[in-house]
Amino acid sequence: MIEAEQLTRRYGSLVAVDALSLRAEPGKVLGLLGPNGAGKTTAMRMIAGFLAPTSGRVSVCGYDVQRQPLKAKRSLGYLPEGAPCYGELTVRESLDFVARARALKGEAAFRRLDEVVERLQLEAVLEQNLDTLSKGFRRRVGLAQAILHDPPVLILDEPTDGLDPNQKHEVRDLIDAMARNRTIIISTHLLEEVGALCSRVVIIAGGKLLADATPAELEARSRYHGAVSFSASGAGAARAMIAHLPQVSNVEVDPTSGRMTVFPHPGEAILDPVQNILREQGLAVHELQLERGRLDEVFRRITTGERL
Amino acid sequence: MNAVLAIMRRELRSYFVTPLAYVFIVIFLLLAAALTFYVGDFYERGLADLQPFFRFHPWLYLFLVPALSMRLWAEERKSGTLELLLTLPVTLTQAMLGKFLAAWLFVALALVLTFPIWLTVNYLGNPDNGVILAGYLGSLLMAGAFIAVGCCLSTLTRSQVVAFILTAAVCFMLLLAGQPIILEAASSVLPQSLVNAVADLSFLQHFQAIARGVLDLRDVVYFLISIVVWLTAGVWLLDLGRAR
Repeated sequence: MIEAEQLTRRYGSLVAVDALSLRAEPGKVLGLLGPNGAGKTTAMRMIAGFLAPTSGRVSVCGYDVQRQPLKAKRSLGYLPEGAPCYGELTVRESLDFVARARALKGEAAFRRLDEVVERLQLEAVLEQNLDTLSKGFRRRVGLAQAILHDPPVLILDEPTDGLDPNQKHEVRDLIDAMARNRTIIISTHLLEEVGALCSRVVIIAGGKLLADATPAELEARSRYHGAVSFSASGAGAARAMIAHLPQVSNVEVDPTSGRMTVFPHPGEAILDPVQNILREQGLAVHELQLERGRLDEVFRRITTGERL
Repeated sequence: MNAVLAIMRRELRSYFVTPLAYVFIVIFLLLAAALTFYVGDFYERGLADLQPFFRFHPWLYLFLVPALSMRLWAEERKSGTLELLLTLPVTLTQAMLGKFLAAWLFVALALVLTFPIWLTVNYLGNPDNGVILAGYLGSLLMAGAFIAVGCCLSTLTRSQVVAFILTAAVCFMLLLAGQPIILEAASSVLPQSLVNAVADLSFLQHFQAIARGVLDLRDVVYFLISIVVWLTAGVWLLDLGRAR
């Protein structure tokens, strides 16, 4: 459980995070979404206890991060932005350091270390210096040190940044598997990740919270929500008929692909009427899709301050 | 305590996996020997003691200790591992202490490795080994004070070079605090009582007293207090950095 209230951080006259309030609960992955420089990293640093807030408060598992920092930090695993590491150490040495600093000892600690190494597939590089490892491995070592003490709360700053598609997939599976009984906050600017991972999304820009919703709710805010798009040969005549349907507000045709997108009036279902027309006209439909909404469009509109 | 030891181990490990440790020890031993025999007139004096050896320690430390301490915090800042370290369940004091102890232990090791000169002087004559032990103790205490200064100033910057220069400059002033060059400058702006206080800050005078074999508690306490004050200042600066 993470609760932030009116969290604010100023750097001189610059307000990096502005009265941010949010709440993350166990079993859910909260995605912190925002353009670069939105204040995601600053917010996460305050939650993790690295930066002190200028005002406001944040608690992790009920422990105030400022007043009971050690208790808060014990319940927390943190992957900093860019997954920094002690480059001159080997993977084993650096995990060993974290285990010792967290006072993990004895047989249980050994087992846990093995478990984490196996889970993140680090066996092959255990004795290698971190400096010599690829970005993907370093990120995995960063994740390993974050989950080593099996914390109830995880804060991961861009956990998949710089990974190749396969590694991204693995890390997402890992996060997904861990989410069942943990509170997880990830930051990202990859919209695909939001749909794939997050059960809730907080969008921030300019340090302010602009939206706090489920991915489905965000998609519903898109003008594409409920739209029907298709490509069919010789659809020119059908276009006028579709445009005249009472439920339809607008029809757009992509000039290069010829793909037609039909937008409904809010709340109207248009899949059936559109399909009926296509059938009646006897058109060969290559492909037809009911759109759920486009996160990138919603993201852009929210973060550039356009009214929805 | 776990955390302090973990950090100390990690720092020591970092010293020894980079060439720094070996370069430091080799240069320290070579210079200590060269200065003792060629500049200190070890043989010509005809005295069985290690005064010519200890005499140069302050000057060796002046540029070697900053090289040892400069990376302690500046490196963490630069590589971003500071974020990793300070989000572990570790207090700033524990982290500072771990780093300080690592560097101090390292200097202690370098000092231990000067044992051949102790063997030499015992072979050549009958020195007062109590005085020699006091000399080593004084040297170690002074090194601790230098390292504490370095720990503190290393928190200020992400550049190791800047940390080195700051530390060397501050240590130079602390060394010479009792010398005319500093005292004359001080007396032109400060009242006499404060000038005396400045004179009392001199690392050199406190060290020389111990190295002569006069193990006055006040000199020992002076170095211990210096260590505590500089480390505390460092912790304070780190904490300020979190809020700045």
